[in-house]
Amino acid sequence: MKSPQDLVRFLLPLAVFAAGLVLWEAIVRAYDIQPYVLPSPLLVLKTLVADWPILSQSLGVTLLTTLEGFVAAAVGGVVLALLFNQSKWLEYSLFPYAVVLQVTPVIAIAPLLLIYLQQQTAVIVCAWIVAFFPVLSNTTLGLNSVDRNLAGLFQLYGASKLQALLFLKLPAALPYILGGLRIAGGLSLIGAVVAEIAAGSAGAGSGLAFRIAESGYRLNIPRMFAALLLLSLAGIVIYGLLALVSHLLLRRWHESALGKDN
Amino acid sequence: MAEPALSGSDAGSAVRLRGVAKTYDSGVAALGPLDLDVASGEFVSLLGPSGCGKSTALRLIAGLSRPSAGTVELSHHGTEQRGSHRIGFVFQEPTLMPWANVRDNVRLPLKLAHAPAADADARIAAALDQVGLADFAGAYPRELSGGMRMRVSLARALVTDPDILLMDEPFAALDEITRFRLNNDLLSLWRNLHKTVIFVTHSVFESVYLSQRVIVMTARPGRIGAEFRITSPEPRGEEFRTSAEYAAFCREVSGALAPSYAGQAGA
Repeated sequence: MKSPQDLVRFLLPLAVFAAGLVLWEAIVRAYDIQPYVLPSPLLVLKTLVADWPILSQSLGVTLLTTLEGFVAAAVGGVVLALLFNQSKWLEYSLFPYAVVLQVTPVIAIAPLLLIYLQQQTAVIVCAWIVAFFPVLSNTTLGLNSVDRNLAGLFQLYGASKLQALLFLKLPAALPYILGGLRIAGGLSLIGAVVAEIAAGSAGAGSGLAFRIAESGYRLNIPRMFAALLLLSLAGIVIYGLLALVSHLLLRRWHESALGKDN
Repeated sequence: MAEPALSGSDAGSAVRLRGVAKTYDSGVAALGPLDLDVASGEFVSLLGPSGCGKSTALRLIAGLSRPSAGTVELSHHGTEQRGSHRIGFVFQEPTLMPWANVRDNVRLPLKLAHAPAADADARIAAALDQVGLADFAGAYPRELSGGMRMRVSLARALVTDPDILLMDEPFAALDEITRFRLNNDLLSLWRNLHKTVIFVTHSVFESVYLSQRVIVMTARPGRIGAEFRITSPEPRGEEFRTSAEYAAFCREVSGALAPSYAGQAGA
């Protein structure tokens, strides 16, 4: 928050948010809308506090799934990209299937996975399926964007393939990889939620998305909103953390992390 | 189809090209056939229009690309120590790793050769000192001016203590003042370190100022069009830039270069 303009950019969305909440509260009160139709923001907050034991446990479950899916996607995406980069044959053989996995809606795959895999595994696989592709394609792009002269320099000084990978290709690809991870973070949360909902309707599970589905059946609308609020906050925190990591790693050298006046 | 051979067939010459030609896969003849001898410790400029293959010639000498015909021979002498390298290459762009600071950029050739760390640190410090960047070892390329980045690139080429320094229009993108300063610094480095320098440029003035010998190349496919010995004594400095002798050499070389541009559209 250096300049007044930054402050405005920070405060303006908060002001809009607060105004929206006040308006919402006022409308609910003025028209005496029942909680099972539309709960007021205050009631949602009260429910969040009252149901915290259940909701926090569910939040933990969903976050753990998201994390596992994210790690699997990050590792899988980067490793696949490295393998593709080393062997054209492998890339030609497997890349189309990566695309197929990406374009098939995960919500349609989830029920199938739940048949063949244990529920916990299926949920992680779902998170992985949605999240690995941006990592794969971004890392591939990064590995192929190495400066030609720098590559020539490495060749001139007799760099081994491993040295070229570690000291040239991976650092050069880092900004792209981090961009892919930022997308993957949000997507793995989506994957986890989708799988939980698919599993939840089959009658098992305890994550936040399952709570939302369950509360829906019971017309416990305030809890639906409370769980939704938590999911949304989780998404924001995940994005914020990944953006922070990216900033810390790139701030000294990459264009994207440098100030405008630099 | 030859690798640069290691034989020192001719004791006096550092680089020896015989019938070297390069034709790209697209069928475009870029260079040659070219015969060229560069004596050990000599400063030679390759001068020619854009696209005449002078950079290609440099890449062939460096072994970054294979000739379609002919042989490239580099003489080989001096002690073999870990992290020493026969050739130092300075590209048109500084070609630095943006994620590494100045010290680590200069360290690269030594690191790739697994040179011992203590030895490497001393050599990096010496190389940075030679180009006047001792105080900027911790800076990142983004934080340096264009001229300073080029100096880092030069330090990286010098850190392996090469016999031969290949420079591919290294100062073309710099402003004139910076360029003149780097010209002078390069000349004093050359006098002190006794390297063989092959310097590619499209500037007549730069080639005459720096070189003992200027080789004018023809338009594509590049061949040797004319050769001039610049006999003016060393050390050359700013007063040489304004001397009548310098002007006369420039006029002569420009005259030889004119036919290379004759056939080119927009030249």
